[in-house]
Amino acid sequence: MDAILEKLTNPGFDLEKVRSDFAYLELEGPIIYLDNAATTQRPNQVIDRMSDFYRFENGNPLRGAHRLGAAATEAMVNSRARVAKFINSKSVREIIFTRNASEALNLVTYTWALDNLKPGDQILITRMEHHSNFVNWQFAAQKTGAELSFIELTSDYQLDMADYKSKISERTKVVAFSAASNVLGTMPDTREIIKIAKQHGALTVVDAAQLVPHIKVDVQDLDCDFLAFSGHKMLAPLGIGVLYGKAEILNKISPFQYGGEMIEYVEDQSSTYAEIPYKFEAGTQDVGGMVGLATAIDYLEDVGLTNIAEYEAALADYCVAELEQLPDLEIYHPRQGVKGPAIAFNVMGAHPHDVATILDYHGVAIRAGHHCTQPLHRYLGQNSTNRVSFAFYNTKQEIDLFIEALHDVRDIMQLG
Amino acid sequence: MDLRQIYSQIIMENSRSNRHRYEMPDATATERGYNPSCGDDIHLSIKIEDDVITDASFTGTGCAISQASTSLLCGLIKGKPVTEAKELIKTFLGMIKGEITDDSILEEELEDAVAFKNISTMPQRVRCAVLAWRTLDLIIAKETGTEMTE
Ligand SMILES: Cc1ncc(COP(=O)(O)O)c(C=O)c1O
Repeated sequence: MDAILEKLTNPGFDLEKVRSDFAYLELEGPIIYLDNAATTQRPNQVIDRMSDFYRFENGNPLRGAHRLGAAATEAMVNSRARVAKFINSKSVREIIFTRNASEALNLVTYTWALDNLKPGDQILITRMEHHSNFVNWQFAAQKTGAELSFIELTSDYQLDMADYKSKISERTKVVAFSAASNVLGTMPDTREIIKIAKQHGALTVVDAAQLVPHIKVDVQDLDCDFLAFSGHKMLAPLGIGVLYGKAEILNKISPFQYGGEMIEYVEDQSSTYAEIPYKFEAGTQDVGGMVGLATAIDYLEDVGLTNIAEYEAALADYCVAELEQLPDLEIYHPRQGVKGPAIAFNVMGAHPHDVATILDYHGVAIRAGHHCTQPLHRYLGQNSTNRVSFAFYNTKQEIDLFIEALHDVRDIMQLG
Repeated sequence: MDLRQIYSQIIMENSRSNRHRYEMPDATATERGYNPSCGDDIHLSIKIEDDVITDASFTGTGCAISQASTSLLCGLIKGKPVTEAKELIKTFLGMIKGEITDDSILEEELEDAVAFKNISTMPQRVRCAVLAWRTLDLIIAKETGTEMTE
């Protein structure tokens, strides 16, 4: 506990300065925002950069010869390069912009999966998937006749690697998994999962929506085939996301959507398609979102990904220790190993929505519900849960106020 | 506003009450009411004899607001003609939307269910409060071939 408290007092970056960059903290109220896994807040730098783009660099990217069109194109090219450097892809051409992680995962489903899966094949996903990496694979299974199987969890809410090894086989054509659970905080050993998948010749798809905001990701080191994430969970605007894909695979698979910019030659009856990544980016793209994402990445790297990971881990560990002091509370979060700053819990006798309403009254914003993980909740035996999730701009004081507000829940719900 | 005006004694007691919580094998109609966003999930059953609701019950799970609202609804409509139940739905929804505010009318018609009046100040919870009423509205629309309430 001493090390945790030390980290919370001395995070290794200027916490006060960071907090001064987030305008929501100036709201009357104030708001204790503990719903970062749903979406983070945006610092002024990101908002200002986007505002400048729309003021001074606004044209249609990749179209037209005038100066503003060129400025927008340059903004797009630079943003892509920034993302490529951030996750260390071999080439900028391996970075496809999407609306969000869901669209990125759908791209893989509609192109690679529909092109390649057939009856008898197996799709392997995990029990803790977000619906965004779940329903798309159900769809692929129904369309192609492939079978959908699940890697289960251990009693410590970790991914059961023994179960994984027992289920994977030469029939397994794709292993698609969340590198960090949005509910439990579980962070399985992504590199090991990918290594085992490769040994069986399976494609690997990483849902990194809850990983990229918290831990330094290197796609060459991971050696994954695809990796998806959302900008809005890492300080960038709503509506921009990324799919990383290995060039040799992207070159082979079909386009996702059809239209402007994704073509080369259009004849009456057939067309040839643009090079990657443009082949997967039909129509006018959200360059405002891209520059926002690039600036968000600058911001995260200025604070330092290692600083962020260590400080957020201290916040989560402190919160779990405080929650454990409370009576009649169930915590759904691993106690061993690496984990992200998301913690699900239930106050026995109080429905999560009532808990969230009472906390909201105290200015504490948390999430209540199934968090887009109904199969995981069935496994937990809960219709719904509460979830707190941290970002590096949260503080120990905020957790203390959250815990205090939880006492009022017991009071109002008459739990004694 | 004080939270205890939402989580009032009436609502807390009714949220835990089992008086109307039972299966009804001989129901005239049973409908499921479900809020996908929060998981409130009820089955509402009613028995209609000669255009009168002679029994009303529910099963299911959900937050205190949804469970109390469902329980109070069952108590309120039991023994009432279907046409009157339809009027009660209109009054309740009108109250929640803030369109009907006259306390004397609300108390007269809705009795203890007037306890949900303050929900109109909490838009995030309105769906919990109206779930059972919308479900009953659907049952009545199907049974009588009439339109649902706006
Ligand atoms: C683990 C995980 N995967 C995928 C998603 C989908 O992200 P988005 O809604 O931005 O597409 C989320 C976000 O809720 C998530 O937490």
